[in-house]
Amino acid sequence: MTQASVSSRPRFLLGLEPRTLDLADPTRTVLEYLRLDERRRGTKEGCAEGDCGACTVALGECGADGVVRYRAVNACIQFAATLDGKQLVTVEDLAEGERLHPVQQALVDAHGSQCGFCTPGFVMSMYVGHEADKAAGATPDRQAINDRLAGNLCRCTGYRPIVDAALAAASEPAPAQADRLRAAAAAALPALARADTLAIEADGRRYFAPATLDQAADLLAQWPGATLLAGGTDVGLWVTKLHKRLDTVIYLGDVVELKGIVERPGHWWIGAGATYNEALAAFAGLHPDLAELVRRIGSLQIRNAGTLGGNIGNASPIGDSMPALIALGAQLHLRRGAAGRVMPIEDYFLGYRRTALQPGELIVGVEIPKLAANQRFATYKVSKRFDQDISAVCPAYRLTLDDQGVITEARIAHGGMAAIPARAPRTEAALTGRPWTAETVAAAMAALADDYAPIDDMRASAGYRLKVARNLLRRFHLATTAPQTRVHVLAKEVAA
Amino acid sequence: MNAELPIRPGPARGQVRESRPHDSAIKQVTGRAFYTDDIVEPAGTLEAYVAQSTEAHARITRLDVAAVRTAPGVRAVLTAADVPGVNNVGPVLADDPIFAEGLVEYVGQSLFAVIADDVRAARAAARLAVVEYEPLPALITVEAALAAGSYVLPSVTMRRGDAATAIAGAPHRLAGRLEIGGQDHFYLEGQISLALPGEDGDVTVVCSTQHPSEVQHLVAHALHVPVAAVTVEVRRMGGGFGGKETQASLFAAIAAIGARVTGRPIKLRLDRDDDMVMTGKRHDFLATWDVGFDGEGRLHGLKAMLAARCGYSADLSAAICDRALFHLDNAYYIPAVEAVSHRCKTHTVSNTAFRGFGGPQGMMVIERILDDVARHLRLDPLEVRRRNLYGDAGRDVTPYGMTVEDNVMPQLIAELVESSGYQARREAVAAFNAANPILKKGLALTPVKFGISFTTTHLNQAGALIHLYQDGSVHLNHGGTEMGQGLFTKVAQVVATEFGIDVDHVKITATTTAKVPNTSATAASSGSDMNGKAAQAAAQTLKARLAEVAAAEFGCRPEDVAFADNRVSGGDRSLGFAEVVTKAYFARVSLSSTGYYRTPKIHFDKDSFTGRPFYYFAYGAAVAEVTIDTLTGEYRLDRADILHDCGASLNPAIDRGQVEGGFIQGMGWLTSEELVFDGRGRLRTHAPSTYKIPACGDVPAEFHVTLLRDNPNTEPTIHRSKAVGEPPLMLGISVFAALRDAVAATYDDPAALPALDAPATPERVLAAIAP
Ligand SMILES: Cc1cc2nc3c(=O)[nH]c(=O)nc-3n(C[C@H](O)[C@H](O)[C@H](O)COP(=O)(O)OP(=O)(O)OC[C@H]3O[C@@H](n4cnc5c(N)ncnc54)[C@H](O)[C@@H]3O)c2cc1C
Ligand code: FES
Ligand code: FES
Repeated sequence: MTQASVSSRPRFLLGLEPRTLDLADPTRTVLEYLRLDERRRGTKEGCAEGDCGACTVALGECGADGVVRYRAVNACIQFAATLDGKQLVTVEDLAEGERLHPVQQALVDAHGSQCGFCTPGFVMSMYVGHEADKAAGATPDRQAINDRLAGNLCRCTGYRPIVDAALAAASEPAPAQADRLRAAAAAALPALARADTLAIEADGRRYFAPATLDQAADLLAQWPGATLLAGGTDVGLWVTKLHKRLDTVIYLGDVVELKGIVERPGHWWIGAGATYNEALAAFAGLHPDLAELVRRIGSLQIRNAGTLGGNIGNASPIGDSMPALIALGAQLHLRRGAAGRVMPIEDYFLGYRRTALQPGELIVGVEIPKLAANQRFATYKVSKRFDQDISAVCPAYRLTLDDQGVITEARIAHGGMAAIPARAPRTEAALTGRPWTAETVAAAMAALADDYAPIDDMRASAGYRLKVARNLLRRFHLATTAPQTRVHVLAKEVAA
Repeated sequence: MNAELPIRPGPARGQVRESRPHDSAIKQVTGRAFYTDDIVEPAGTLEAYVAQSTEAHARITRLDVAAVRTAPGVRAVLTAADVPGVNNVGPVLADDPIFAEGLVEYVGQSLFAVIADDVRAARAAARLAVVEYEPLPALITVEAALAAGSYVLPSVTMRRGDAATAIAGAPHRLAGRLEIGGQDHFYLEGQISLALPGEDGDVTVVCSTQHPSEVQHLVAHALHVPVAAVTVEVRRMGGGFGGKETQASLFAAIAAIGARVTGRPIKLRLDRDDDMVMTGKRHDFLATWDVGFDGEGRLHGLKAMLAARCGYSADLSAAICDRALFHLDNAYYIPAVEAVSHRCKTHTVSNTAFRGFGGPQGMMVIERILDDVARHLRLDPLEVRRRNLYGDAGRDVTPYGMTVEDNVMPQLIAELVESSGYQARREAVAAFNAANPILKKGLALTPVKFGISFTTTHLNQAGALIHLYQDGSVHLNHGGTEMGQGLFTKVAQVVATEFGIDVDHVKITATTTAKVPNTSATAASSGSDMNGKAAQAAAQTLKARLAEVAAAEFGCRPEDVAFADNRVSGGDRSLGFAEVVTKAYFARVSLSSTGYYRTPKIHFDKDSFTGRPFYYFAYGAAVAEVTIDTLTGEYRLDRADILHDCGASLNPAIDRGQVEGGFIQGMGWLTSEELVFDGRGRLRTHAPSTYKIPACGDVPAEFHVTLLRDNPNTEPTIHRSKAVGEPPLMLGISVFAALRDAVAATYDDPAALPALDAPATPERVLAAIAP
């Protein structure tokens, strides 16, 4: 049983130095902590909503294998309390006196900074990429660099010199300072691991970081109104953008049972707490379109923090994972106290941001059936900008065909087309029992209008969403029946 | 004495023409470059939050801040009544209240400010105010303002010849209409000021601004103190792009008033949403025209109407709308023109300077017209563009009466057509389109001819200040501000070249009104031209003094003394630079000098709209190739080729950076960056989650950028270079033109004129393709 009344303090490494935090505000962000408490002001605020990357920092964690892995995250939306047990590396840590890290030197040499306000964020994204490349013995190409830097906006340079710098730095070895940071984390972090719950109480607010699923379930039973926090890529913005005060927060990021990703004969299991990036292999295993979709969810910083459980938990009508999960017939596993239940994921969404989640309940994970040989699947994301943007429309389709090419089952769901991620029963009906032909598609395209009353907002008009939803069905048909017809402008997709 | 001279012998490093890294590059990559928010605040600093109007147009019937004053952490509440001096920061007209008095005219207008221990407390307290409004009819769009005849300033007409007759007599005639969206600056560093109270009511404001002198003046007026009592300082900005020319004053003034009222340092930093809602943007335009032309596509006459959304006040709209007229010709000779510019008053934020300053909108209009003319005649738009270029005598005078003396456009385009393989690619695009039912490609080459100088003649002046210290180190200061464009680096190179010393010995210092007074904004691309010249003048004055000292020492004539390789030489003798400086000190020679520059030749008569508003033109052209998806309207820039004229570049790497960055920013303006105001005048795209500037992946994999070679400025500018800040932005028009080219490929009729407005979001592209 958790001792929720005991207040404990997050312990972590800031670069090479140990830190123990006294948090007057349990939702103080990492950025506020750095800039205001540590007066480390290299890390910048450009938006406070995870979109510009100026605040990018690296988080180091020591795995069970003793290997330290880094990921880039947005300091502006991460709570400082979540640093517990980790290493926080910022732009100030990378140079050794006057000796710059190769990514820093390459940026200088390539004229990669103009106003320089975005630069620390780029440096950190590039540093984390550099570390990962060295660990994997990989050499990134331009596309890989673009993916890695999609969450860093620069208004001055036009990016070309920055990408050139990242490519140039890739051929340099990790410097002694990077190894020193890594060694410090390997030495210090295991001792900071907790078996119990981190509990902070300050200013009438509570923050809990349980270490096990049982602890989490118990805490939730005790605080049924608590805000569950996973990657914080939605919840963080409630604080920084909506200026909400969160009274009780239960952080799930330390609960190992929620992070599992397992391939079983008929399905993949993805734990609610697995980040997009950790689950990438599972998504790729299900279908290449899913991997491509996930590559376009937020930015690398967002995918390094954001979780599938959070996407479902947030129940946004424009969340990108839900249409695919619905089309694939995923089963949602929930737990409340000691009791679990399972439901088809589409039953989870009841109305705009209203879900079947009971007070005291949490999402444990999703079971996603694999595709059979006679099934056709696709999911697409259409947005104003390709990278790091929210979908205007996001459909997913799964058709089951018989030997004659007749559709025996159709599962279609869309994001951006209704108040919830929703299925398209009339469109499905227009397809079922018919051959997968252009005529059938035309009928189904017409039926879409009966299924949805799309969102109309600053991202896209309702008319555009409906038209695109119809046309994407056509794209799906072409992609599955006439693969020689080019239907994607993204180079990556064209190549695939 | 001077046993260890700090100055190294050998060829001096960092002279002009060298691709020196930005002076702050190492500081920027290590996080050691201080921006205003990074300065460690003096103990006791308070923070401010500005409460804003939620109505577009309304009378304020009640503003009760009593509950705000007593909220936790609050130290003061500032309203119009608390302004010691003038409650206004209008840069040209006095029409920008610091705090609204009785009337609000846009959503986001400043109502009052809360000063508290921290900004969170201030923001929370602001919500406790009771504000009641009596709504008034609000004009949100240009069309609504036009219909109501609502203007911030009188309309202006640029006229040459008899356009109506020329159009009537032309073999062909077309009318058209184009909407051009605005653009948020999205400088990564938002607006910020830190005001530090001094004795005697003095105040120092550290402010992220492109125009310290104007901020100084407006703060002084707001505080009701002499201008000399206010010092404004800026070391660097995290981007400006025009958005910190006039827009910084409001926040500087509020911080300064707060410092006066509380006696404590005040920091006022806007978060991204407040910044985007409260500050002006690029003007969106609505243009209509009637054009007459011949079968070759040559223009005979043009009647055009350009209506700009100025917002609720004048700000710099007069000069911006003038510049739109000045660039309605772009690179083309139009025999007869009648163009009217309406400066529409709307109940939205007051739009302001943004890289290009109206020029881009003017150019967009003529580029669309030529595109229409070409399509109508079934000609390649490039051919029609080339036929209309300025040329020899008889075709070399702009509609405002300035002769184009330095026209390199025909050669520049020829070179770019060649290097980009335009002709072959035109055929490849057609072949691709014939073979692909869903994807369509488009290709376009568009030129840029951009006039350099402030069109308000008196602004074309600059000052600099140089001190030499006894160890030979150089302290450089000038009126220009550094926002990333590399101005400080270039001017330091100019000074290093003058003295023949390593640029590392030139200490670059923060811009401050205390050192160089009465400066103009760092704007109109003029920063290096003017401050470079002023700094050169200061250096030359000092050099002349040092030459006297050295000549006496060497026994030669002062005019025979040379400064090179970190040494000063004359006859067969030479001394280290520092030694000569030391000798000058002991000889009681002043080692400090100002320098001053005013741009020659320029004049302009506002009444007739004629003159020579520009010292010279900067040229460039771009070829863009795009692919669109006709099912979704999504698109991709596949390749871009740019050839740009920087004259004899002071620093080719920095200039290339301006060209590339400008092009991508221009592309963003015309593609993904969409400002959406709702019917109540609320900006719905006020953060990067909804306002999409180009990301890394939007840059084409094939991106060829070249600076035009062997083309020194025909005017004696600083080392014959050319201004480069703004012109490249308009190279982005090529992307828009290429998108329309791809859209046109969806029509069976080659003469179709697809209606594509800017920004060409995927939604607009999809709407424009053939039904
Ligand atoms: C810059 C940016 C870009 C983004 N881009 C995209 C995008 O392209 N596509 C997209 O779909 N989303 C996007 N998002 C939204 C967000 O990243 C996703 O919704 C993400 O999946 C949320 O996961 P998280 O772990 O960060 O959730 P959190 O923010 O921690 O939580 C989100 C919600 O889920 C609840 N929750 C979390 N875990 C559980 C659980 N185990 N059981 C029950 N409830 C739980 C929380 O209480 C909260 O209500 C973006 C966000 C940002 C800031
Ligand atoms: S400040 Fe923009 S992502 Fe954090
Ligand atoms: S250098 Fe200015 S935003 Fe990147």
